[in-house]
Amino acid sequence: MPEHRLTINGQQVTVDVDDDVRLLWVIRDILGITGPKYGCGINVCKACTSHINGRAFNPCSVRVCDVSEDDEITTIEGLADGDELHPMQQAWIDHDVAQCGYCQPGQIMAAVAKVRQCAEEGRDVDDAAIEEIRNICRCGTYNRIRAAIKAGAANM
Amino acid sequence: MPAHRAATRRDISRADSAAAEAAHTAEARAEAATRNARSLLRRDTGRRKFLGYLVAAPTLVVAAELTRQSVFGAPTANALGLPSPPQTPEVYDLLDALRDSMRPTAHLVRVEVRKDGTVHFALPRSDNGQGIITSTKMIIAEEMDLELDQVDVTLADARPELMFNQITGGSSTTFTTYTAIRVAAAIARGRLLDAAAALLEQDKGTLTSRAGLITGLNGRSLPFGELTEAAASPVDEVVEVVLKDRKDFRVIGTPQTKTDARDIVTGRKKFTTDLKIPGALPTIICRAPDLNGTPAGIDNLDEVRSMPGVTDVAVVPTGIAVRAKTFGQCIEAARAMQVRWKAGTVAGEDDESILAKLRRAELPLAVPAVAGDVLERSFTFYFRSNSALETNCAIADVRDGKAEIWAPLKNPIVAQQDIAKRLGLPSSAVTVHVVQGGGSFGRRLFHDAALEAAQVSKAMGKPVKLMWTRADDSRQGRVHPMATSRVRAVVAADSVLSFEQRHTSVATDFGHGFGEAVTSAAAKAPGGQLGVAATIFELTQVTPYDFGVSTRLLNEVEFGFNTGSMRNVYSPDVATARELMVDQIAAKLGKDPYEFRTATVKYDRWRAVLDRAAEEANWGKSMPAGTAQGIAMHIEYKGASACVVEIDCRDETVNRPIREGVTGPRVTRVTFVVDVGLVINPRGVEAQMMGGINDALAMTLTSSLHLVDGHFVEASWDNYFYTRQWNTPPEMNIVVIEDSPSDEPGGAGEFGVAATCGAVACAYARATGKVPDYFPINHKDPFPFEPKPLVPPIPPAPTNGLDFIY
Repeated sequence: MPEHRLTINGQQVTVDVDDDVRLLWVIRDILGITGPKYGCGINVCKACTSHINGRAFNPCSVRVCDVSEDDEITTIEGLADGDELHPMQQAWIDHDVAQCGYCQPGQIMAAVAKVRQCAEEGRDVDDAAIEEIRNICRCGTYNRIRAAIKAGAANM
Repeated sequence: MPAHRAATRRDISRADSAAAEAAHTAEARAEAATRNARSLLRRDTGRRKFLGYLVAAPTLVVAAELTRQSVFGAPTANALGLPSPPQTPEVYDLLDALRDSMRPTAHLVRVEVRKDGTVHFALPRSDNGQGIITSTKMIIAEEMDLELDQVDVTLADARPELMFNQITGGSSTTFTTYTAIRVAAAIARGRLLDAAAALLEQDKGTLTSRAGLITGLNGRSLPFGELTEAAASPVDEVVEVVLKDRKDFRVIGTPQTKTDARDIVTGRKKFTTDLKIPGALPTIICRAPDLNGTPAGIDNLDEVRSMPGVTDVAVVPTGIAVRAKTFGQCIEAARAMQVRWKAGTVAGEDDESILAKLRRAELPLAVPAVAGDVLERSFTFYFRSNSALETNCAIADVRDGKAEIWAPLKNPIVAQQDIAKRLGLPSSAVTVHVVQGGGSFGRRLFHDAALEAAQVSKAMGKPVKLMWTRADDSRQGRVHPMATSRVRAVVAADSVLSFEQRHTSVATDFGHGFGEAVTSAAAKAPGGQLGVAATIFELTQVTPYDFGVSTRLLNEVEFGFNTGSMRNVYSPDVATARELMVDQIAAKLGKDPYEFRTATVKYDRWRAVLDRAAEEANWGKSMPAGTAQGIAMHIEYKGASACVVEIDCRDETVNRPIREGVTGPRVTRVTFVVDVGLVINPRGVEAQMMGGINDALAMTLTSSLHLVDGHFVEASWDNYFYTRQWNTPPEMNIVVIEDSPSDEPGGAGEFGVAATCGAVACAYARATGKVPDYFPINHKDPFPFEPKPLVPPIPPAPTNGLDFIY
C-alpha cells in the first residue's frame, strides 16, 4: 500500500492508503481529525473547508497523492494558537453564530481565507466579498456569519 | 395535585368531543371551541404551589411532573371587522396536545445534585441546533441560583418508560418542559437550604444561595456538593414548592450564548459520524435509481468485495451496503456495483401526474349563501427537500443478541421499539443513545438511518458507522409534501363575509410516533376524533383575521413518498396562500395591505406584532419600480408573528450571475416581530427566527425538488438551491417582544418561516404585478444544472479541488 507523508496542523504524519482516496477521508477516517465535515463530497457545500498553505480548499475534492509533506494543511483544530482562539473563532462566539454547528468549522476556515484574500487584493471585507463565500448553512445563520466575519476581520 | 384539574379538563373535552361528533362541520367545531374557551378562561391562573417528588437516592435527586400553569390567552376581542368565532388553536393547540400527552409520565424527569456541586439533568429531547440545551441550563440555573457552567445538561438515552414524553417536535420543548424542570430545581434548592440550615444551625430564612454556595449570617458557607448527601431523601416523598417569582428572574430573559459555542468553533463538538466507536467502520448503501426502489440482486459481489479498503458487502432491504476503511472507499465500491433494481413506490410518476391526482382529491369550497363578490385563487406548492447539512447517519453494533445505537433522534423510543421488532430482539436488548444532530428541521423525527444501520450491522455481524451520501439524502430522503391550497373569499362593500381555505396535500408521514402522542391527547380537544394529519392541521392553523365565516380544511392523499413534518409543517404554504388572498381582498376593498390587516386582526396581542412590524419597517415608504414591500402575519405556538420584507425584482438583480447558483429576486430587507410569550433566551429566539427567515426565502423563491419518472432529479446543493450568502437579506431586523402579556413560554423553533413566506410572496406580487400561482416561483424555470446520473447513484468525487483555492 502506498505510503503518504502529510503535514497536518503542524504535525508530520504517515498514512498507508491508496493514492486516489480523497484527503477528507484520510483526515477524518484514518487520522481521526473530525472538524472538517462531509456535506456533499463534491466541493459544493464546503463543510470540509480547511487550509492548504494558508488558503481555503476542500479536501473532499483533492486526492491524497496530490499533496506533499511540504504542504501545510490546517483544519479547524489547528486554527487556534493553543488555548488562544483565532480572532475569527472569538468573533463567532461573540456573535453566537452557530446553531447546530455542523457547517461552522468550514465557515470559519472560509472566512479567515476570504479576509486574507481581501487583504492581499486590497479589497474591503464587505457584503460583496462575503457573498463570494459559497459555504452552506442549512440552519440559516448567514446574517450572524456576516457580522462575525466583519468583526473577526477587524481583529486579524 | 393537578389531578382534579386534569379531570376537569377531560370532562370539558369529552363534552366538546361529543358535540363535535354530532355535527362534523368546521362551524360546529368553532362553536365547541367558543364554549371551551369560556370555560377555560374562567379558571384561576394565579400563583400557586406545585408538587414534585424527592427520589430515594444517596445524593439529592428531585423529580417533577408537568402541570398546566396557566391557560393561554384571554385576548381582547377585536371591535372591527365581522367577528369570526374562535378557531381551535386559539383555545387548545398542538402544544397543549403535546403537553397533555406527556402529563402522565413526566414525573420521571429528574434533577440531580452531584458531589462535585454541579447539577445534572438528562433532557429527554433532541438538540439539533435549536439551543434547548442552553435554554434548559438557564431554567435550572435560574431556579437554583447557579451559573450556567454549573449545570450539566445531556440528552437522555431512549427511555421507553417515558412513553410520549421523549418527542422533539412542534416547537414544543420549552413549553412542555419549562414548569416540570423548574419544580424539580426549586425543590432541590429548598432541600439544599434545609440541609445547610441544619448543618449551620441557622434559620433557613437567613441563608442566601448564590452560584452553588449557601451562606449563613455568620459568613459560613457550604457548597451544594457538600450538602447533596445530607439533602438526599431515604424514601420517595411528595413535596410542595412555590416557584421563583418572575420579577426575581436574573437568568431567564437575558441573552445567552450557546453553551457549546467554544466546542463548535474549535471543531470539538462531536456529531454521530465523528464518534469513535470501536470497530464501527464507515458504511454506505448503494441505492436504487427510483424513489424507494429495492435491490433484486448484485452481479459483481466478489469484485466489489475485493476493492481497496472494503471489508464487507451485504444486501439489505433498501440497497447494497458496503463497509470499508474510509467513506471514500465505500463510495468507490458503491459506484462500481452492478445492481439489478426493482421499481420504486412512485415509478413513472412526475410532478404533473401527482398534481393531477391531488386536484381530483380537492375538497369542495362551499357555495356562499351570502351575497357579495367572490374572490378565488388556487396555489400549488412543489416538493421541497428536508435535508439537513449532516446527512442521515447512525452507528449500530448488533451482536450477541443485543443492539447499541448512536444517532440524532427526535423520537428515540419509537426508534428503539421499531429496531427491536425488526431485529427480533426484546426492546430491553436495544440501547439507543441520542447524539446531537447537525440540523433537523423535522428530519430527525424519523429513524430511517438508525434502522438501516442496525440491519446492516446484523447482516455483517460487525459494528457499522452508516452515513447517507448527499445524493441519497436529496433523492431518497424526506420531503415537504406537494400541496395545493385554494382560498375563496366573499367580500361585501366594506367587509369580508367568508374566508374558506382548502389545503390538499400529498400525505405527511406522522408514522414516527409523534402522531400517536398528539392524537391520543387531541382526542380530548374540541373537534374530537380526527385523523392524525387533520388533527395537527386543526390544532395549528389559524386565520388571524375577522373574516366572517372562516374555515380551513385539509385533505391528504397517500402516494408512497418519504414525507415528513418539515419545519413549520403545513403553515408555510397555508400562510402563503392566505396572505396573498388577504392582499387581494384589501385591493378589492381599496385598502392598504397593512391597514386592512390591522383593522381586521382578531386580538390586541396579535395586532401588537403587526403594528410593530409595520412601524419598524417603515411600512408604506416610497419604493422604486420593480421593488416592493410585503406584509404578512402568522399565529401559532402560543404566540404571534408578523413580517415585512422588501424585495428587488429588477432585471439587473434577478439576473446577476453566480456560478452554479440561483439568484432571482433578492429580498433586501426583513423586519420580523415575534411574541413567543415568556422569553427564556432572547438571543436564541432571534437565532431561530433568522433560520426560519432564511428557510422561507428558499421555500418561496429558490428551492424545490422536481419529480421526473419516479425519482427526484436534485442530487446535491448545486441542484437544490437552499438560501446562500448571495440570497440572504443584507438587512434583517428581528424584534423579540420581551414584555409579552403571556407569562409562559411558547414555541420558537419553527416560528420564523410562515409569516416570512407570506410576506415574501406578497412583496413579489406587488413588485411584479403578478400573483404567482405556484411556489417556489422558479420551479418551472429550465434547470440551471446538468442532472447527475441515477446509476451509479453517487456522483464521482472531484479531483480538481486545488484549482479552487483562495
